[in-house]
Order: sequence, then C-alpha cells, then structure tokens
Amino acid sequence: MSQKVLLNSKEINIILHRLACQLIENHPKFEDTVIIGIQPRGVYMANRISTVLKEEYGIKNIPNGQLDITFYRDDFRRSDKPLEANKTKIDFIVEDKHVVFIDDVLYTGRSIRAALTAIQSFGRPKSIELLTLIDRRFSRHLPIQPDYNGRQVDAINNEKVKVHWKENEGEDAVYVISK
Amino acid sequence: MSELSVNHLLGIKYLTLKDIDLIFKTADHFKEVINRPIKKVPSLRDITIANLFFEDSTRTRLSFELAEKRLSADVVNFSAASSSVKKGETLIDTVNNILAMKVDMVVMRHPNPGAGIFLSKHVDASIINAGDGTHEHPTQALLDSYSIRERLGEVKGRKVLIVGDILHSRVALSNIFALKLQGAEIKVCGPKTLIPKHILSLGVTVETNLIKALEWCDVANMLRVQNERMEISYFPSTREYTQQFGLNKQILDSLNKEIIVMHPGPINRGVEITSDVADSKQAIILDQVQNGVAIRMAAIYLLASKIQR
Repeated sequence: MSQKVLLNSKEINIILHRLACQLIENHPKFEDTVIIGIQPRGVYMANRISTVLKEEYGIKNIPNGQLDITFYRDDFRRSDKPLEANKTKIDFIVEDKHVVFIDDVLYTGRSIRAALTAIQSFGRPKSIELLTLIDRRFSRHLPIQPDYNGRQVDAINNEKVKVHWKENEGEDAVYVISK
Repeated sequence: MSELSVNHLLGIKYLTLKDIDLIFKTADHFKEVINRPIKKVPSLRDITIANLFFEDSTRTRLSFELAEKRLSADVVNFSAASSSVKKGETLIDTVNNILAMKVDMVVMRHPNPGAGIFLSKHVDASIINAGDGTHEHPTQALLDSYSIRERLGEVKGRKVLIVGDILHSRVALSNIFALKLQGAEIKVCGPKTLIPKHILSLGVTVETNLIKALEWCDVANMLRVQNERMEISYFPSTREYTQQFGLNKQILDSLNKEIIVMHPGPINRGVEITSDVADSKQAIILDQVQNGVAIRMAAIYLLASKIQR
C-alpha cells in the first residue's frame, strides 16, 4: 500500500477560499441560501466553508445543517457490512431555499443521489447545488456533476482518496492511497 | 460496524446489551425522521411484512404498521377473527401459506407463550414477537427502557417499580429482562396472588405495600389488570385492588420526590391509575407511544438488513 499527498494544508486553504468566493459570486446576498454537509465527512468541509465565509468575508448567519443519507442509500442489504446511520440536524426551513450540498469527495455520485431524495423529506428547495473538494472524474455511475469543485483527480478504481481535516485527523491533507 | 446478534426478535432474553444499545441508537435517528414533514424513508422498499395478530391489539398493531409503512415496506394484515384459523388450520400452515406469497418478515402476536420461537424454527422468515401469551413482549420493553433513558439520561442504576398483574404480564417479564441487562434495580408490587412464585430468581425484589414501593422508586410502571387472562379470582374485587394498588394524584403528590409514571396501555382509568395521574406531567404514557414507532422502525430496519437477498 502506498500513499501520495494530493493536496497539502496550504493548497486546501487556498481552495476553501476560492470555493467560498465562488459561492459569494452566485449567492450575492446569501438571504435564501443554506448549506448542508453530507454525513459523515462532508460535515467537516461544510463547517470549514462556513467559517471562511464568516471570518474572511463577514457573511454570518448562513444556516448550516447536516444530512445523513443512510436510510436513502441504494445499497441497503447489498453491501457486506451493515450501514450505520449518523445524525441529521436541519433546524431551519429548506422550502423555497437555495440549498448547497457540501461533500469532501465526489466519486460514483450515489451518495448525492441519496441526498437529493433525502432532502425532499424536509421540503421543496428552490434549487440544489453541489460543492465538493475532490471530484474523482471518470468514475461516476450517475449523471451528477459538482457546481463548485476544488480539484479534479483521475484516481483509478483500486485507489482511494482520503481527506484529512485538522479537527478530526489533526492535519489538513488529501491523500491518494493505492493498494 | 455493528449489527444485531439475532435474526429474529423473539424476546429480550435472547438479546445482548450491545443489541439494545444498537436498537436505541438507531431509534434515535428514526425519531428524528418521524418528526420531519415527510416521515418516510425508502430503505425497505423491497421487503414485505405480514402482521399476524391472533389476539386483539390496537396500539401495538397500529404502531408496527406505521413503523413498517414509514420504512416503505409493503404490509399485509391478518387477524385471527376473520381467517381460516377458525376453520382449523395450523399455525405453521397459516404462516407457510402467507410466506408462499413472498413475505420476508412476520410480526406476530399470539395467545400461546413460545409461539414466535416455535414459528422461527419452522418457517423461513424473520420473526418479530409482538406479544406471545404471558411470555414476552420485547418491543414494549425496549420502548419502555428507551423512554426511561430519554427522560432520565440512562437506565443504569435507576430504580424501577412494576406494579400490578405480574403473573399474567408479558410486559413485566420482558421489562425485567431488559432492565436487568441495562443495570437497573427492579421491584415488583401487587397482590400476592398475582406475583409469580419464583420471581425472586430473576433478581427482583417484592414489596406488597404500594406507598413503600413508590417511595423507593424513580420510575413506576403501572400495569393493567388482565381480566381476560384470569380464569379464577385473584383478588376480591376491582374496588379493593384499586384501594390497595391503584395510583392516584394524592399518593403521587405525597411522595418525597417526583417519580415518572409509565403505563403500557390500554389504561383502565380509575383502576390502576386515576385520570389525573395519567394526564399529569409526571406521566410519560404518550411519549411511550411515540417512542414505540421509532423503536419498532429500528428493530425492523436492523432485522431486515440481515435478510439475505
């Protein structure tokens, strides 16, 4: 097993700022915009984007939620290991809002498909966009693309992309791990 | 990653503490789901569940049916009153006929103790016991513990009193197993005729004075007197039972601490508890009902995830 660094902490920081700016460009007032981190790992990313928007660009009070997609996945009883749920916390209204889904890695697109179904249980958003740190292009199983993207990677199928966050793993870094 | 240690939910006595924790953790997520505007998840779209009720039930049956529907399972209902059981069909034949129609899971209530266990050995489906005679009622015990955990933080170390007809109560037996497993202290209280002879072997204590027992407990679970299971008289009259073992507001207010009052339903208002107690802030009877749906969703979801495709 070998691993190489795809992004270091400095590069991640630059990308987070760029993504925040792109969000501002498309949502000038952020009045009707909410961001939702996809459980489990998109939550770290959503919190970071939210912090950058608040601290660097003075955009406060953006509702920030967490969405768990376990019960909406299409591999229930198909995967070998049992699916374990995480917490969903959306204590604001999504009806008629611009929703921005945030996840760390976009791979097959199946998680996002599940998230699109899951969010409907909370209301009918005006629009839904997708922001990801890493886009593993050419590995999609579904016609889903990010609207805001950190870095595209051509990782092949037996490779794994792992995102580390300071608050969880003690460092900001993205690794490509090959078996 | 965790999964249940069992393929059927036949009784609490077959579960481990880890199983109970997993069911509670999963129920937490489902409780959030059933408070959403759209209270339904698509997980069990390819599962069909038969609810077989050989004995009357309102709450449990409705609760199971809601849980199943909120998981998007297909549901068929069956009640003994309007079935071929009346024509002399055996239990295994009845169930096998239903399973021939491609049913994956059976929720069964039956008047005979052990009916679920018997069935699980003879048919090829996941079985959930929704009450088997005077034996067990696992989902009720799980939702009772879950409601205590919700109100008091944890079940461990809590003093739980079970009052009433312990002899005929599957709720009492399942509750004793579940509470013991989680490390609660348990006392039972009721007329001596309605307390089983060997109850002490389960590690519970007995008290026949209701006031003393209430002074001791954090939680009082008031059971219904099951007249339908009594072929002989176990106490002189309902009036006398109420005088000795009924909980009223006056007694509740006279205690030196605020206890929690539970009841598995259906309530005989004015017999085991009075209306003002049932409707008081200390009663969590309706929380129990709400939690029942979340607990049953969790149990069904976890068992369904073990069904082979």
